[in-house]
Amino acid sequence: MAALEEGFTLSAVPLGAGPHGLLGVEQSDKADQFLVTDGGRTVILYKVSDQKPLGSWSVKQGQIITCPAVCNFQTGEYIVVHDNKVLRIWSNEDVNLDKVFKATLSAEIYRIHSIQGAEPLVLFKEGAVRGLEALLAEPQQKIETVISDEEVIKWTKIFMVFKHPVLIFITEKHGNYFAYIQKFNSHTLSKYTLVLGQEEKSVIQSFTASVDRKFISLMSLSSDGCIYETLVPIHPSDPEKDQRVVRSLLLKTVVSDDARNGVALTVLDQDHVAVLGPPLPSSKECISIWNTKFQTLQTSKELSQGTSGQLWYYGENLFVLHGKFLMVIPYKCEVSSLAGALGKLKHSQDPGTQTVPHFVNWETSRGHRLGSQNSEQSKRILRRRKTEVNVQNPASKQLLSAIKKDSEKHIEEELCKFLAIKPTPDFNTIIGDIVSELLGRHKAEPSFYPRNSLMQLIQTHVLSHSLCPGLMEAALEKADVQVLQLCLQQFPDIPETVTCACLKIFLSISDGSLQEAEINMESVSDYSDSVQEEKMEEQTEVLHNGFNAEEENCGNCDRELNKKPQDAAEETMSCPVIPKRAALLNAILHSAYSEMFLLPHLKDIPAQHVTLFLQYLYFLYLKCSENATMTLPGLHPPTLNQIMDWICLLLDANFTVVVMIPEAKSLLLSLYKFVKSQICICSELNKIEVSFRELQKLNQEKNNRELYSIEVLEL
Amino acid sequence: MGEFKVHRVRFFNYIPSGIRCVAYNNQSNRLAVSRTDGTVEIYNLSANYFQEKVGCEDGSVKLFQITPDKIQFERNFDRQKSRILSLCWHPSGTHVAAGSIDYISVFDVKSGSAVHKMLVDRQYMGVSKRKCIIWGVAFLSDGTVISVDSAGKVQFWDSATGTLVKNHLIANADVQSIAVSDQEDSFVVGTAEGTVFHFQLVSVTSNSSEKQWVRTKPFQHHTHDVRAVAHSPTALISGGTDTHLVIRPLMEKVEVKNYDAALRKITFPHRRLISCSKKRQLLLFQFTHHLELWRLGSTVATGKNGDTLPLSRNADHLLHLKTKGPENIICSCISPCGSWIAYSTTSRFFLYRLNYEHDNISLQRVSKMPAFLRSALQILFSEDSTKLFVASNQGSLHVIRLLEGSFKHLHTFQPQSGTVESMCLLAVSPDGNWLASSGTSAGVHVYNIKHLKLHCTVPSYNFPVTALAIAPNTNNLVIAHSDQQVFEYSIPDKQYTEWSRTIQKQGFHYLWLQRDTPITHISFHPKRPMHILLHDAYMFCIIDKSLPLPNDKTLLYNPLPPTKESDVIRRRTAHAFKISKIYKPLLFMDLLDERTLVAVERPLDDIIAQLPPPIKKKKFGT
Repeated sequence: MAALEEGFTLSAVPLGAGPHGLLGVEQSDKADQFLVTDGGRTVILYKVSDQKPLGSWSVKQGQIITCPAVCNFQTGEYIVVHDNKVLRIWSNEDVNLDKVFKATLSAEIYRIHSIQGAEPLVLFKEGAVRGLEALLAEPQQKIETVISDEEVIKWTKIFMVFKHPVLIFITEKHGNYFAYIQKFNSHTLSKYTLVLGQEEKSVIQSFTASVDRKFISLMSLSSDGCIYETLVPIHPSDPEKDQRVVRSLLLKTVVSDDARNGVALTVLDQDHVAVLGPPLPSSKECISIWNTKFQTLQTSKELSQGTSGQLWYYGENLFVLHGKFLMVIPYKCEVSSLAGALGKLKHSQDPGTQTVPHFVNWETSRGHRLGSQNSEQSKRILRRRKTEVNVQNPASKQLLSAIKKDSEKHIEEELCKFLAIKPTPDFNTIIGDIVSELLGRHKAEPSFYPRNSLMQLIQTHVLSHSLCPGLMEAALEKADVQVLQLCLQQFPDIPETVTCACLKIFLSISDGSLQEAEINMESVSDYSDSVQEEKMEEQTEVLHNGFNAEEENCGNCDRELNKKPQDAAEETMSCPVIPKRAALLNAILHSAYSEMFLLPHLKDIPAQHVTLFLQYLYFLYLKCSENATMTLPGLHPPTLNQIMDWICLLLDANFTVVVMIPEAKSLLLSLYKFVKSQICICSELNKIEVSFRELQKLNQEKNNRELYSIEVLEL
Repeated sequence: MGEFKVHRVRFFNYIPSGIRCVAYNNQSNRLAVSRTDGTVEIYNLSANYFQEKVGCEDGSVKLFQITPDKIQFERNFDRQKSRILSLCWHPSGTHVAAGSIDYISVFDVKSGSAVHKMLVDRQYMGVSKRKCIIWGVAFLSDGTVISVDSAGKVQFWDSATGTLVKNHLIANADVQSIAVSDQEDSFVVGTAEGTVFHFQLVSVTSNSSEKQWVRTKPFQHHTHDVRAVAHSPTALISGGTDTHLVIRPLMEKVEVKNYDAALRKITFPHRRLISCSKKRQLLLFQFTHHLELWRLGSTVATGKNGDTLPLSRNADHLLHLKTKGPENIICSCISPCGSWIAYSTTSRFFLYRLNYEHDNISLQRVSKMPAFLRSALQILFSEDSTKLFVASNQGSLHVIRLLEGSFKHLHTFQPQSGTVESMCLLAVSPDGNWLASSGTSAGVHVYNIKHLKLHCTVPSYNFPVTALAIAPNTNNLVIAHSDQQVFEYSIPDKQYTEWSRTIQKQGFHYLWLQRDTPITHISFHPKRPMHILLHDAYMFCIIDKSLPLPNDKTLLYNPLPPTKESDVIRRRTAHAFKISKIYKPLLFMDLLDERTLVAVERPLDDIIAQLPPPIKKKKFGT
């Protein structure tokens, strides 16, 4: 659960008094120490845990710092820019900025970026980027212009991606926004146009971004109070072309939409963002933590003395200018557990922060606002991203409309096109929508059964039974074993009723119709030709100390069995079902189930099918026991445990029926014999165990050293 | 730090007694453990689980049977046919539940009559056992009676109606003990299979007020019967026939995940059972009811590190001294010269004179011990064996001069006014001038033996002292505490030494502080004044005060670096703590002379081999 702890004021000196406010807070090379650059002339190094300044440097009267000071992590020196063009580099020991290293450049600097593991990078106002070393070697070198006239850099950030720095900066020109991504391992610059979508009139007020392997997730807080997310690929497919990226709504109305300034946004981790700004038109400014995954407000804290609309986040601390003083608010996001959610774990709560529980109301979130009718919190309307995304994704839109009327063939083509596009984060919801749309049409006109499309969709690996409950139902209706097998293999959450219905179909379907079906046979291998190389020596009878105990105990059943040993031998050699049916049954064996829920449904299976399945299982067991590792050949065969569990389940559910069927008699007898031999083995093992223990003891005594010895020890 | 010949002794045939009963006191955070030999041990759970006191009441094995007749003086309860094996009061004191054979009775205390008699099913897995013994009962304030019995059941009864509410079959063997937490939201039971089960009162659904008892966690830390369990607010405590005391913290109750959250298994006593005569190379072993005197063997061979040398003479068992009467031995000591043996039981003090003529030993008891020497907590001889120091259980220290075959009482140091704390640790300086004594909490007193007066008192420290020793020549007093701190205090200067201050300033290595057995013995090297030798049950350590102290980044346990490494590296990696873990469990270690050590080990396997066999559990076909 994310939480804000009690904040504390860092500086005793009023900051942000100058016309430029506070320029920035940057990390230094030591954890817990931060460089605070005041808009006027001062750079202060603070140690946060001690709440005290460690050093302070100022530029001369008349000079003005234009870009926040950063630390060069490679040398431990600090770098600051004054009067747009003048670089100053100094270290902790230096007292006077006037006397430290100075370099005057030929172009105006927008920002210096410094990140662990790379040399500092200088971003010029015209969009060019240079490494610090190269720049210092030749300060007056010519700096090219990258961005067009009237285009202004609004925001910038640096990331490390696979050990290489990647720099992003956002520019604005006449209300249009562009994102530039500069990669330094390949020295490529890609440009993207941010498509604002429906909310074109809004002005973006704050940016933040996080990075994963492929995308920079750029979040922006617009003047309508909503947070939008844009995925900007780091590795563009075609770097030369001007590309467009669409932004989608992430959170709605997190700040009041008439808050013109003093709003800021920063991403905290994968699922959390911090937002600074007034939540309601009339309220005071707040810092709030939102969970973007569940779209819930986690916690918020009122900042009554107003802020500068700037927010920095490093390590575990949020920095915000509260009134005239820099405030540090520690942020913690502990791993929440179910026990914690149920109240079994104690959570200490700071009295200073108020946690507003906020849950998504799925009923009302489908588009319509319940705005004013409720209390303060409900004004922050949350919407599922899905609806927006659907509208914005043209390929899916086109596909959905095709489903409504077009032929199966055409739908297939459209689907292929759609699937060829790079998956977006909402991929699985879209796929779910497509499937339900297809099934909806199938329900309306039963002749419409787009099997190929469905199979393609199942194979995307993102579907589950709960996402499209109608799919297996339809397949069962159509007795479409192929789709059913796929579903059994892919879906993690098939209810036991459905599993059992599948089993019934698999057992009852005729061999003829099976021959036509295309079934994945990888779980079945040709059992007959697996010549048993490591076949265990078959021993028919075990003689206990010279006499056969079994003869006395189970004379009858043995005789029954011995009557037709040939039959039994033959039975073991041939599989009772054709390979295609075996593949289907194996899919059942692999599926997950809960005994309790499965048992009642197994009772409904007709007796001869139960016998057939039992025979097949017994056949598998015999095949298993042929080799020493007790496994079946093949790519993905059923395991011995699965086979045994199903035998027990079937017998438990249908015992009375099976006992009555004459065909099952020999099967039952062999199973009985098998169980008996298992019990026998266990009791023998238990007897041997004692002997083993004695041996172990003897062994130990031998290993044990003498009761007394004199040894040499060197220390 | 040198090469030693180590006499590795494994013939100390010590078997800790099984635990019969444990009781936990919440106010003092102390745990009382009674063993089958009648000893009672008190553990201070706040002081790193240190065993503070050991007492023996009457030395006899007691089976705690409480029959109605025994509480007759208050009221005569209805007489029961069979004996009562367990009792529990209702928290309000109005009712008593008594577990008997085949039934549980609930008595009304006022009237003395049995309100309910609840019959327990004898059936055990469908087979009718002969008797069902109720080993334990617990009475909760809501009137629920929980019983544990020999058929492996934990049953919940409603004492108002006398009906069975719930039944948990948890074991194939007896369930022998039960303890309920103070909040009555959790309890613990111990079975004869060595398993301890934790039961908790949990809500049926996440936010309903309806709660039910659920068996939550099984723990298997014992091999034998768990005869006693206790429930502290943060831990489950269990003990039984296998002699281990196990303290299992409940992780959900542990606020800070520090070393207190670790499982503790206490097997060996936190005091010395062995004393040593350096001059004659003798070891005196203390058992419950007898003493054994052994002479160490010898060798003329030499070897390199790790070699076992051929013996020219094996160790001899010289003497087996049985106590008179049923009382347990509390403490014992052999003099450095080997001519005196003293021991004490709860009520008597014995002193023997040993005479050696070639291979013959004769033993002569010194008679007419003074009356004030009735019982001692600790006995110590001076280095020259002319003086005997006895710490009595009343807190006074007696000084006795030993003459050939007789003795003379020199002086008695009375306890400091206002304290009644008895001294349980003694140390004397090798020059015989100083005597240090310590109780469990109130500092270490140092007495001047020449002038027979108190010299100074080392300021008291939060944690009890576990070992004391005075270094030769410098007369520095080295004190080890149960939180693993070691102090060095200069007796002549009456202040902590510079080295002690340095190590306190820098702090001990975190691994040193995380050891969970206390230091039980400290000794010194006669030729190397900078060395301090100390040991606990799992390591022994030579501290070289001349070397730099290790910090948390250095390797504390630093085995011998390979000789091919250059001297520079060796010197760079060397630090003050040289630790050896070769000998364990180590009950005693001392320096016999400059080049000889004696180590007494007691392998756990040897103890287990002498315990009764545990309940056999099927391994196959379960």
